[in-house]
Amino acid sequence: MAARIDVRKTYKLYIGGAFPRSESGYSYIVNDAKGRFVANAALASRKDARDAVVAARKAFGSWSGRTAYNRAQVLYRVAEIMEDRRPQFVQALQQSEGLTTARANAALDAAIDRLVWYAGWADKLTQVVGNANPVAGPFFNLSTPEPTGVVAVLAPQESSLLGLVSVVAPAIVTGNTVVVVSSFDRPLPAVTFAEVLATSDVPGGVVNLLTGSAATIAPWLAAHMDVNAIDLVGVAGEQELATELEVAAADNLKRVRRAPVAEPDWTASPSLDTMTDFVEIKTVWHPMGV
Amino acid sequence: MGIDLTYAPAPESRSIVDLKASYGLFIDGAFVDGHGSGFKTISPATEEVLAEVAEADAADVDAAVKAARRAYSRVWSRMPGSERAKYLYRIARIIQERGRELAVLETLDNGKPIKESRDVDIPVVAAHFFYYAGWADKLGHAGYGEDPQPLGVAGQIIPWNFPLLMLAWKIAPALACGNTVVLKPAETTPLTALLFAEICQQADLPPGVVNIVTGAGETGEALVAHPDIDKVAFTGSTAVGKAIARSIAGTDKKATLELGGKAANIVFDDAPLDQAVEGIVNGIFFNQGHVCCAGSRLLVQESIADDLLERLKRRMSTLRLGDPLDKNTDIGAINSAEQLARIRELSEIGESEGAERWSPACELPSQGFWFPPTLFTGVTQAHRIAREEVFGPVLSVLTFRTPSEAIEKANNTPYGLSAGVWTEKGSRILHVAGALKAGVVWANTFNKFDPTSPFGGFKESGYGREGGRQGLAAYLKTEQGGR
Repeated sequence: MAARIDVRKTYKLYIGGAFPRSESGYSYIVNDAKGRFVANAALASRKDARDAVVAARKAFGSWSGRTAYNRAQVLYRVAEIMEDRRPQFVQALQQSEGLTTARANAALDAAIDRLVWYAGWADKLTQVVGNANPVAGPFFNLSTPEPTGVVAVLAPQESSLLGLVSVVAPAIVTGNTVVVVSSFDRPLPAVTFAEVLATSDVPGGVVNLLTGSAATIAPWLAAHMDVNAIDLVGVAGEQELATELEVAAADNLKRVRRAPVAEPDWTASPSLDTMTDFVEIKTVWHPMGV
Repeated sequence: MGIDLTYAPAPESRSIVDLKASYGLFIDGAFVDGHGSGFKTISPATEEVLAEVAEADAADVDAAVKAARRAYSRVWSRMPGSERAKYLYRIARIIQERGRELAVLETLDNGKPIKESRDVDIPVVAAHFFYYAGWADKLGHAGYGEDPQPLGVAGQIIPWNFPLLMLAWKIAPALACGNTVVLKPAETTPLTALLFAEICQQADLPPGVVNIVTGAGETGEALVAHPDIDKVAFTGSTAVGKAIARSIAGTDKKATLELGGKAANIVFDDAPLDQAVEGIVNGIFFNQGHVCCAGSRLLVQESIADDLLERLKRRMSTLRLGDPLDKNTDIGAINSAEQLARIRELSEIGESEGAERWSPACELPSQGFWFPPTLFTGVTQAHRIAREEVFGPVLSVLTFRTPSEAIEKANNTPYGLSAGVWTEKGSRILHVAGALKAGVVWANTFNKFDPTSPFGGFKESGYGREGGRQGLAAYLKTEQGGR
């Protein structure tokens, strides 16, 4: 009996809650860790990046305006759906990162646990990094963190799921919206993550996922005047490109999380900086007794 | 009838200040000659030359950074926080003791009214050193890990509008956290920083912990570009802030940038109008409007605009402009000829773009740099005086009908440093304060500063905070865990 012919898939982008193809029409071949064909992924263009920024900006007001409790619930729900889709993630991790089943499961566990950890921060970070200030006068004075706005995230190239969750969750849990450029060689866990988001309660536009080359797309995001911050971890070790992006980011004084020399160990416990680098402290004064 | 109600002159004596003919750079605990050509600093109120000041070239900056590095690695970073604290307390005390001298010198060099340098600048400077002195041995409780470490050598560049106050905002937290500093004061206002250097000597601060290099933009560029600084702290224009961000790209240097602003001061129809008028005047005419967080865009609800403007004009007519050393002066001199030209240019553009200009009858002194308190009505959001930072006593008045329109107009700027809200309705204050994209929101008050209260901007007003517990993060390695 002849072997069945596979239905080969071409994955799409995730922008504003929808799954468009790249406006450029281009896609690229994604191979597994052993170099065998797995699927095609959309090759995002600069126009896709701009569309994603528009979607992220549109979603910002309502997402940042939600109660912290609600954002926590929404993120926790994402973790629940990831649990539901374990086999799909495990397969994607095995293909992308060449992991054994046990290691792929461990990476997925860590990613889900990381998401749960960040979800819980939604209604706590304000208490930990904000405070009342005892000014020398009859004034009520309170400092609280607020989301910076639209954050461009260059997701790590190697850790395609744990790394991805570790850069997306801290940005959105505080109320930012993000435009993410996934790992170029390992985009499938990100694509699966986008499918999870689409069926979760995360509003469209809060997370926009572009598959493609950071070197191609990132300069447009770094120079975009409606992007407020950028995380460069996805170009770790690429000093020249990282510097170019940081220079471009200065055009509107984006908050920059610099590229490390090498991709970090994502299994380490995260620092609060992952969240506080993309919040702004606002201080409100009001007279008392007059 | 016939009673003379004009003010008699009440000048503060300048004899308390011992002005030297020339000042050197302060490097490694001693005053030394600079290798640049030197420059004069003048009183903007009279154009009188106050002193010759040394100019630091790249070699001088290098010597200062080396001194700071030595002091950092051999002395300051090893010293227990409790000991660093005592040096800072000493400095704070000396500032209080020499407060009058510092106030007069500040007013001479900057042109600001003595009542502001005496009652605002210098007391807040002392308070800032007291506040951060107390943090030096409590950093493990600040929320940045159990034993947070300093960054190293900080290069700090400050503006001319609050010379000594900006120095305090930079130096006090840096030293408390265990860093050493090289600070460049503004070219037009170097004198109080040099008097501060004397205070460091008087406090027996170890040599090299604080270094002061005077000069203009090139000196600042050399400092920012120096490979052995770990941190840049800058207060000044957004254009220079962007240049600094580009210049340190790809390095490990951390930066805090406190830049320009175009703050909206929003007055709702239920605001206490007389208090609001005082707040508007304080918001834009304090320090001649040379304030990055000045309330330079008045957004007034349409239904009360006529009433408010009438009261505002009446109040503006009572402002006294003149000798900054006179204790009754409200508005002093514009800091420099260059800044005066900028204010004049933007005001002329305001008129040519169709806004209506008004100033009270106001006699300007014949010597020095002066600009009358000015307001523009009929301003639209597209006018340059509504978009660009004038950094002078010039108020643009716009109107709105609904709270959402007020918020939209207030946020329609690349800046996001500060904002004001005037209304008697508490829930409206909290709603509007929450919606404004600004680092500091003053509700039913304006231009209040305190060492415990973090200050800094959203968007193109820069990043990082100065003051408060959050101000420590600018001078500590805060990354405690993984990513």
